[in-house]
Amino acid sequence: MADEMIDQDVVQRVLAAGLRTGAEFSEVYVEDKRSSSANLDDGRVEQVTSGRDRGAGIRVVRGETTGYAHTADLSEAGLLAAAEAAAAAASQGGGGARIVALTRQPAHRVSDVAIPPDTIGKAAKVQLLLRADEAARDAGPAVVQVSAGYGDSRKRILVANSDGVLADDEQVRTLFRISVVASGDTGLQTGYESLGHTIGFELFDQHDVEEMARRAAQQALTKLNARPAPSGSLPVVIQRGSGGVLFHEACGHGLEADLVGKGASVFKGRMGEQVAAPMVTLIDDGTMAGEWGAIGYDDEGHVSQRNVLIQDGVLTDYMWDFLRARKDGRAPSGNGRRQSYMHLPMVRMTNTFVLDGTDEPDDIVRATDHGVYIAQLGGGQVNTASGDFVFGMTEAYLIENGEITDPIREGNLIGNGPQVLKDIDLLGNDFAMGMPGTCGKDGQGVPVGDGQPTLRVKALTIGGTAA
Amino acid sequence: MEDLLELATGIAGQAGKGEQIEAFVARANDTAVRVYEGEVEHFTSAQSEGIGIRVVKDGRVGFAYAGTLDPAGVDEVLAEARDNVGFGTPDEWAGLAEPDGVALVEQDLWREELLSLPTADKITLAKELERLTLAADSRVRVDEADYADVRAEGAVATSTGIATAGRETGAYLSVSTLADDGDVTHTGFGFTVGRSPADFDPERAAREAAERATRLLGATKPSTGKVTVVLDPFVSAQFLGIIGSTLNGEAVLKGRSIFAGRVGEDVAATNLTLIDDPTNPLAYTASEIDGEGLATRRNVLIDGGVLQMFVESSYSARRSGAAPTGNATRGGFKTTPGCGCLALSLVPGTRSQAELVADVDEGVLVQMVQGLHSGVNPVSGDFSTGASGLMIRGGQLAEPVREFTIASTLQKMLKDVVEVGGDIEWLPMSAAGVSLVIRDVTMSGA
Repeated sequence: MADEMIDQDVVQRVLAAGLRTGAEFSEVYVEDKRSSSANLDDGRVEQVTSGRDRGAGIRVVRGETTGYAHTADLSEAGLLAAAEAAAAAASQGGGGARIVALTRQPAHRVSDVAIPPDTIGKAAKVQLLLRADEAARDAGPAVVQVSAGYGDSRKRILVANSDGVLADDEQVRTLFRISVVASGDTGLQTGYESLGHTIGFELFDQHDVEEMARRAAQQALTKLNARPAPSGSLPVVIQRGSGGVLFHEACGHGLEADLVGKGASVFKGRMGEQVAAPMVTLIDDGTMAGEWGAIGYDDEGHVSQRNVLIQDGVLTDYMWDFLRARKDGRAPSGNGRRQSYMHLPMVRMTNTFVLDGTDEPDDIVRATDHGVYIAQLGGGQVNTASGDFVFGMTEAYLIENGEITDPIREGNLIGNGPQVLKDIDLLGNDFAMGMPGTCGKDGQGVPVGDGQPTLRVKALTIGGTAA
Repeated sequence: MEDLLELATGIAGQAGKGEQIEAFVARANDTAVRVYEGEVEHFTSAQSEGIGIRVVKDGRVGFAYAGTLDPAGVDEVLAEARDNVGFGTPDEWAGLAEPDGVALVEQDLWREELLSLPTADKITLAKELERLTLAADSRVRVDEADYADVRAEGAVATSTGIATAGRETGAYLSVSTLADDGDVTHTGFGFTVGRSPADFDPERAAREAAERATRLLGATKPSTGKVTVVLDPFVSAQFLGIIGSTLNGEAVLKGRSIFAGRVGEDVAATNLTLIDDPTNPLAYTASEIDGEGLATRRNVLIDGGVLQMFVESSYSARRSGAAPTGNATRGGFKTTPGCGCLALSLVPGTRSQAELVADVDEGVLVQMVQGLHSGVNPVSGDFSTGASGLMIRGGQLAEPVREFTIASTLQKMLKDVVEVGGDIEWLPMSAAGVSLVIRDVTMSGA
């Protein structure tokens, strides 16, 4: 299938053109992505969309300088022009290299796709939206608005470089999301659910969109009775599968080798140190079948793998891309990713999660006298240099005398990454992955997954308005 | 640009009986340079182009796009968009924009000089900014200095009579800084933007980047309580962006605006007048046409605290019976138009930030916010964001503070505006900033 994308002889000539000005590394990344989506709002299927993104990016590295050019013209002439541009861009510094004969990497498909979404008619996709809309509205008259979205994509990539790597991958993603607005005496409230996997349309044999719709509606209805969130520092219990973003923000970004290399991470120089509570083991795993961040090969042609970042609280590794690994004289970790052929690859997470502890989830709540229980987190953001991070709580409750009680209104939580890792004092045995995410870094978004068992953080600052 | 308009009108002209077609065509040339420790870390140069086609028939909408302008690709996009029409739900208000007789306000958005700027000069600009920043303060490290420019051309044409094209250039110079403080490292940034490098002020960018990284040295977590906040222009611009999203005619129609049904009512303090005006050449997002090809215009949204109107796309205007306001937004050729504010600003007051601070007994000057996307819900109005800045005691700036949140609701904050500063700043976002004093905000820390 990769041969259809671009001829191997052409790849060889383009790589050679990239090296013409004396560079030591050149790379061709070819992408062909077809996507389809449909969205419903206000009771209507507003539109069905089809998209096609196809092009190539040429990267040339000479010394510390990377030149990059991309083109939507996949003819040999178009690719050679881009290679010349990238080579010219990198033409400062020394070096010089020859291309090693290309060796095709074995196929590595981590997710099985049973029903490719492009074999399903548009009507069936639209039908999902209509069913979800009806189920959400049936949840009660206070549900005043529903929007829902369906999306799928099939992305084929081919990566070849002057070190002889030739790899291809096919990445299928299928996504569904629903957002509900409820209205009551206290104003408007929202509920949200999303579902996304690197599988095909069989996703909807395994998951019920009506059930998702009812959950989103219930969340909005519940929040109509929400009290103002507390302010100040409190213990926080995070429900399984809803708080992986905590680790993504609190330490994941800080373990990316590009940030570490520039001294822009609070985890720089801490390899081998105890950086988290002893029960915490943190993994980044691109091979997790079906998960949103799963990839067969990364966008530099390196096979995806499972990387242990923190073992029993001790920092064991960072995440690496080609350039940073080369500088450190070690192997890449399969974390070189990019948004599209228009973007340079850099170190990115895939599926990031904390393994099970030994506590019973119910006991974790019971052990908490006064605190906050988070059933769903929204997005987050971290300053990797200081470690300070925020994330939004979109569904949360008070814990009073060891029991979950009233819902509370939305707000941000704030903490410091290294501190929070040490402040985890209870870790459940009920691991689950969370909702699909899009991770933004340096202007590029890539799909990522996260997960964790139910856990407690001794103290986090709750950004509410109540005393 | 003319070739893009020709392509767009050619496609729109293929509309059959009972069918409307809109073609949006874009082309851009980008350059990006990143410098680190005096060397070029990467240099990117690229041309991209693409087309998005919207088809409306029998009240149904279909859309398709592709990142190519080659004739076979374009034909496929039109065929896909037509095929997609059949799956929409009929909507009597569905349709494309129609010319409404409002004349374009011509803008000077293109700088020919950018096209001939040598690559070496672009690299030098980034290197020079890195050098200036390091020279500004010996405690500061630089983790990247970036130069970027873009020249973008676009055209939109419809079978309903719209046929407009525009082009603009932009250039950006920015630097990201670090300052070590024991175990913690603080970050800062500085930037300068313009239509071309002739508009740059690198000295200011360097100074601000050094200040932002060093002003938090020794910062602690403050205690929890109610305070008066002074929002720095960079922060208030982001706040205005969120307020703008609630004054959106489509959100009102769909029951997602806290201000639905409140035109003519007091929604803000009397000192607050909010204007959306992309015809103002000072605005970073100044433009002649909106995302559907209508002329942009000046709209007064809140006047002396009284809500005047919502901004509309052609769809929301048609459905609500309002006049079009030229506020269709467009995120490029891959999406259909939305509705939103394009260039917001508050009518500034007269006093400087220092004068505003002098009137605050107990409060905090908020210089940075973090997590607005996760902690603010424009539908419910809940507002909560991570923040850092300087305490204010007895009218004086005091110690730096970090790792706290400020929280209120959007509705309450608008009413609690004590004063609008005179220091309006046209920042590189869709709203201008100005120092803003808001009372009775919960600060949550230790």
